[in-house]
Parts: sequence; structure tokens; C-alpha cells
Amino acid sequence: MALTGLDIFKLTPRKNCKECGFPTCMAFAMKVASGAVEIEKCPHISDEAKAKLSEATAPPMRTIKVGTGDYEKALGGETVLFRHEKTFVNRNLFAVQFADQMTDDEVSGKIANLKKVDYERIGEQMHVEAVAVKYTGNKERYLDVIKQLKDLNKVFILVCDDAAVAAEAVALVKETKPVLVGANAGNLDEMVKLAKDNGVVLGLSADTVEDLYALAEKAQGLDYKELVLNTTGENIAKTFEKTIEVRRTALEGKDRTFGYPSIVFVNDLAKDNAYLQTALAATFILKYGSIIVLDDIEYANALPLFALRQNIFTDPQKPMRVEPKVYEFANPDAESPVLLTVDFALTYFVVSGEIERAKVPAYLAVPDAGGLSVLTSWAAGKLGASVIRDMIKNSGLEEKLTRKRLVLPGKVAVLKGEVEEELPGWEIIVGPEEAMQIPKFLRELN
Amino acid sequence: MAYTKVAKKYSGKINEVTLGTGDKAITIGGRNVLPFHHFDGEIGHPPKVGIEITDIVPDDWNNALKNLYGDVMGDAAKWAKYVEDNYAPDFICLHFVGASPDGANKSVEECVEVAKQVAAAITTPLVVAGCKNDEKDGELFAAVAEALQGKNILILAAKEENYKTVGAAGALAYQQKVAAESSVDINLAKQLNILMNQLGVKAEDMVMHLGVAAAGYGFEYLSSTMDRVVLAALGQNDTTLQMPIITPVSFETWGVKEAVATEADEPEWGSAEERGIHMEVATAAACLVSGADAVIVRHPKSLQTVKSLIEGLLE
Repeated sequence: MALTGLDIFKLTPRKNCKECGFPTCMAFAMKVASGAVEIEKCPHISDEAKAKLSEATAPPMRTIKVGTGDYEKALGGETVLFRHEKTFVNRNLFAVQFADQMTDDEVSGKIANLKKVDYERIGEQMHVEAVAVKYTGNKERYLDVIKQLKDLNKVFILVCDDAAVAAEAVALVKETKPVLVGANAGNLDEMVKLAKDNGVVLGLSADTVEDLYALAEKAQGLDYKELVLNTTGENIAKTFEKTIEVRRTALEGKDRTFGYPSIVFVNDLAKDNAYLQTALAATFILKYGSIIVLDDIEYANALPLFALRQNIFTDPQKPMRVEPKVYEFANPDAESPVLLTVDFALTYFVVSGEIERAKVPAYLAVPDAGGLSVLTSWAAGKLGASVIRDMIKNSGLEEKLTRKRLVLPGKVAVLKGEVEEELPGWEIIVGPEEAMQIPKFLRELN
Repeated sequence: MAYTKVAKKYSGKINEVTLGTGDKAITIGGRNVLPFHHFDGEIGHPPKVGIEITDIVPDDWNNALKNLYGDVMGDAAKWAKYVEDNYAPDFICLHFVGASPDGANKSVEECVEVAKQVAAAITTPLVVAGCKNDEKDGELFAAVAEALQGKNILILAAKEENYKTVGAAGALAYQQKVAAESSVDINLAKQLNILMNQLGVKAEDMVMHLGVAAAGYGFEYLSSTMDRVVLAALGQNDTTLQMPIITPVSFETWGVKEAVATEADEPEWGSAEERGIHMEVATAAACLVSGADAVIVRHPKSLQTVKSLIEGLLE
């Protein structure tokens, strides 16, 4: 619950000493309440007051850090249930699950896939960030599998509810800040101690949402707040319900007992059906899974899932942009036409999709147009003749092409004359207004 | 402290719309909760999944699908019957790609003939989709609506550019159902619904097509538009946005690079068919949890998967 300026004023020394830079304590308190100033600016504020304030202004859902160094990832910290209300903050992690009963071939096969699926998409490196290792009874093998995975530099998720085995497993990887998904109503005390002693994030599991709540409350009672909630239930419907209830209890109910990231084992729900696993993973990307555990990763499931995650975690106030440069389609040569569009990702996707569909060799020049659509960037002065000229001059296309043709988006046909003046030697052509007309246009262009 | 559930009760409800006739008729909508939130209230009718077929042999479909269907692709009626017998989708979407003036440019009369044959061959509810040319689609839909009077088909879709023709012929003259198509924007959706309504089309004869995007291709706009539409329909009881939503997922997912690139183009990526199915089921799942009451897919395995997902979420 946010504190008012008056609440904060009561925590200040009320001496109007001006050391914070404000004329009065009241003025300072008002600024703190609006979030414009940190309470620490006041040199006289007591630790007690600071704690009270940080508790009151803390977000309803904790941000939990897992992994270390370059592989550190933040989970949770969300403030809204729907991305249009503000934005989703920390993208979910994907994990691939290993287990002690897997053969060497299975283990090495999955390791190979984890290494293979590692690619760039619109400025983001796409790869699975975590490995889950499940204990099913064979301790030596379990520890052995964990050792085999250490070189991958992934976030470890140890799935083990046997406290003694978990202790040995944690000892192997504790410096990597792993997650230990193993606490339940029967072993909570031991597990919390283990997690606390080793700085491990603890995953809590319980059958029902009520039991999970009681467990989280207990863990907090033991003064441990580095938690992840396993919201996987007995079936798909129960899992969906639990995952949603946990998130909205935290965000709408303002109840911090559930204010932790979730982990969903969609691999268990999908029961060896790879397509269903993808459908479920997509479901929980949108609906509040913080860690989504998969059986395996291949390009077939990675491409849509990483792409979907990239979309959903885009800040609505900062639209996705593609890199300004010249893109090539169907091996263009010195005679191929150059089409022009903008760096707003949505526009780029539609235009590039249609060029691909046309199967005609072409270049697509994308200048820095501020990440706006064609008409908006033109109206904002970010897509004018000079921008287009600079883009073309710096692209190296002039040297490469023997036949210089530049196709403007139909919506900015008005620029034709100016661009002709700026780019002597180029034939400036007005293209179609709508992307869907591009294939026909390109096929007929000669 | 005991757990207190954050109860979500909404005053609004998604309209119920029925497609088709007889035993196989389907109804969508009817819920007063967010998608699959069975723990909050009335879940209404489970979302429905349809399969896409085309009026002519499509030239850009994945080869695996061409192999799967083989000769029946050459005859839309046989194709529809084959799909009905073998895959039993909730509905079949006959996509008139052949009508496109930029493509095969089949005449309206030819298309109507195909529509009649398809409708005669199956008892599954029928959705007819156009060729993206607003003028041609307007004529085509008017003629198909007339020819299939009594079949209670869904016309996909009326747009701002042709809603008068499509709405008047489709819903008013021949009592079919009509989808109102807008491009991923709550205000445009609302505006078109109101225009259709002013034309005399009743809300219960309408569904919404809010646009479609594949995962990774601006899907966040579609998802957030659906979120906003559904929240307005339920939370603010906005009757101009309470129509069920249909999303033709397959129209986009099979055209993106992830599904189209050949195994020669991207050797590491593996089978294009597999990629296509994963792209299709991921996008369909994301649409359904965002608010779609019906989705259209292309691959029979996608149909099966999405049906399993829906059953699983409502178990």
C-alpha cells in the first residue's frame, strides 16, 4: 500500500533542516510520496523508518535473482496482470529438464540441443536459460548428471524433495545461485535452512492453492523470502487456475504472501506430446509462468516460443524496432530493385513477409525512422528525402547496383519529387499503399 | 492468515452465437469470465477449432499438407468431406484464395458453385473467408450468402470498406452470421460493430475478427487488443464489444519465415512441417488465452493439439 505524503512526513525528524535540499520536511515528504526522491536523501531518517517505508513502497511481487554474473536473470517484479496496463517486466525463463534416470545418450542429446538452439532474433540472443534436474531416487547418478551440466552456464533448477540429497546437490552448484524446487509441507524447515545457508532460491510445492499459501506463509515466518512458487497442479486446468490465482492474489489482492515468481512444469502436463507442450508453454508465457520447464528444445518449438516471449514482454510504450540496414531477399543482384520501408517492427514484418511471398529478388532498405510506422514517421519528420538519401548513400547500394531503382511506400508518394532531387541517377518509383499488393507489384516491375 | 481468493465477477457476458444447423451446429461465447477462468464463474461454450481448406489448389502450402491431402485438394467439396470424415473439426473454413484479382481471379459465379458443392458435401458448420480484395469479397460474400441461405454460415469477414454490402446481404437478406473485421485496434473494432449495428445487423448475428498475427510478428498488439476488448465486454458491460472473437490463425502462421523457410535454407531448423505446426499451435494457444472463442488452423495435428489444450484447460 502506498504511503501518503503525510504518512511519510510523520517519519521525518520534522526539523526543516534543509539538508535534503528541500525547504521543509513536508515538501520533502511530498516528493518522496510521488516517487521523485529517495527517502535516503534525508540524513536524519531512522533505519526503522526507512524499513517501514521500503516495506510500504515495495512492489507487490518480489524480484528474485537467479544465476550469477553474465548468466544472472531476474524473475517476477511484475506490477500488472495485463501488459497494456503498463508493461510486463521480466521475461519468463525457459528450462529443459534432465533427470537421474536418463541414459547418457539422452543427457548428451539434450545438451547438444541446448547448445544448438542459440540464435539472434531482432537484437536478442535466444537460448534456453536454465536446466532443471529432477531427482527420482538414484543419488549417485543425480549428482553425476548435475556435474555434466555445469559447463553449460545455465541457471540450475534442482528438483529434489529429499533434503539430504538436495544438500549434496546444492553443494555442487551453490555458487551459481540455483533454484531448489523441493520444499513441501513435510520438509519445509530443513529446506529453508538449506536454502538460507547456501543462498539458494527455494521453490515451494503444494497440491492446492490454499496449501501453497500456507506453505509460503510458513516460509516467510522462517524469515526466508527468496522463493519461487511451483504452481503446477494435477492437470492442465488446475495448473492454469493456480498460476492465475497466485499472480492476481499478489497484484490485485496486494497480498505479498503470493508475491513471488512461479514455476510451471509444462513438460509434466504435456505427457510426451511435443505439440501440446508448445501450446501449453505459449499459454503460460502469457499467463504468468515465470519459469517454464520443457522436455527438450529444438528449433521447431524454440522459434515460436522465443518469438512469442519477445513480443509479450515488449514494453507497449517502446515499440519493437528492427535494426536499420539493407535486408536482402532471394539473392538480389546488381539489377534488383530497392524497396524502402521503416524500422517499426510490425511494418517491417508485414513488408518483408510479402516480399518473401513474392519470391522476387529485392533489397529492402530500412532507415532509422524512429521506430514509427510509415505515415507517422513521415509526419514526425523522421522519414524525409534527406533521411532516405543518407540511408542510400551510406548503404553501399550505389556502388553495388548497375540499375538503381528505389521503390517508395505508396503512402509517402508525396516524397517522390524531393527524393529524385536528392538521389540523382536513381529511378524513384511509387510502390503500393498496402503491403499485400507487393507480390503483384514486384512480379510486374521490370 | 487464511488464503483469500481474489474473486472476479463481471457484469458483462460474451454473446452466444450459433453456426451451422442440425446435430453439428456449434455455439460459441456465453461466458462471463476471462478465457478458461472456470474458477470465476460461467465458462459458457468451450472455444471451437476449425480447419482451413481452399477453393483452388493452393500454390504456397507446405508440401507435407499437399501430400497429406493428395488428390482431394483438387476438388473443394471432396476435400471438405475428407476433412469432416477424418478429422471432425468443429467447423470448416473455405478460404476463397482463388477469387483474388491478383491471383487466379475466379469469377463470383465459379466461387458460388464451389461454395454450394462444399456446403452440400458436409454437415459441419461452414465459414467462408475471402481473398483480401474488399470489392471482390463484397460481391462474393453477397452471392455466397444468398446461395447458401438456410445453412447458417459465417462470413469472414465484413470490413469498414465493404460492411454495407456484406452486412446487408449476409445478415439482413439471407440470415447468415457475419464477422466484423478490424485491424488490431479496440476503437476500430468498436466503431465497425456500431456501424454494422446501425445498418440493422443484430449483435447476436455477429462475431469479431480483430486481426491476426503470428507469434513473433507483432503478436503483442493482437494479444493486448483482445485483452482490452474482453475486459471492456465483461468489466464495463460494453455491449458493442460483446461479440465472440474468431481468429484465423492459419492465415498468418504458415506464411512467416519460421514456417516457410525450406530445410535447404535453414538446415539446422529441421522439418518445415514441424515448424509450421509448432508455430500454429503456439499462436492458437496464445489467441485462446487472450480471448478468441474460435480459431482456424490448417494442419490436422494442430487441430488435435488445440482441441486437447482446450479440453485440458476446462477439465
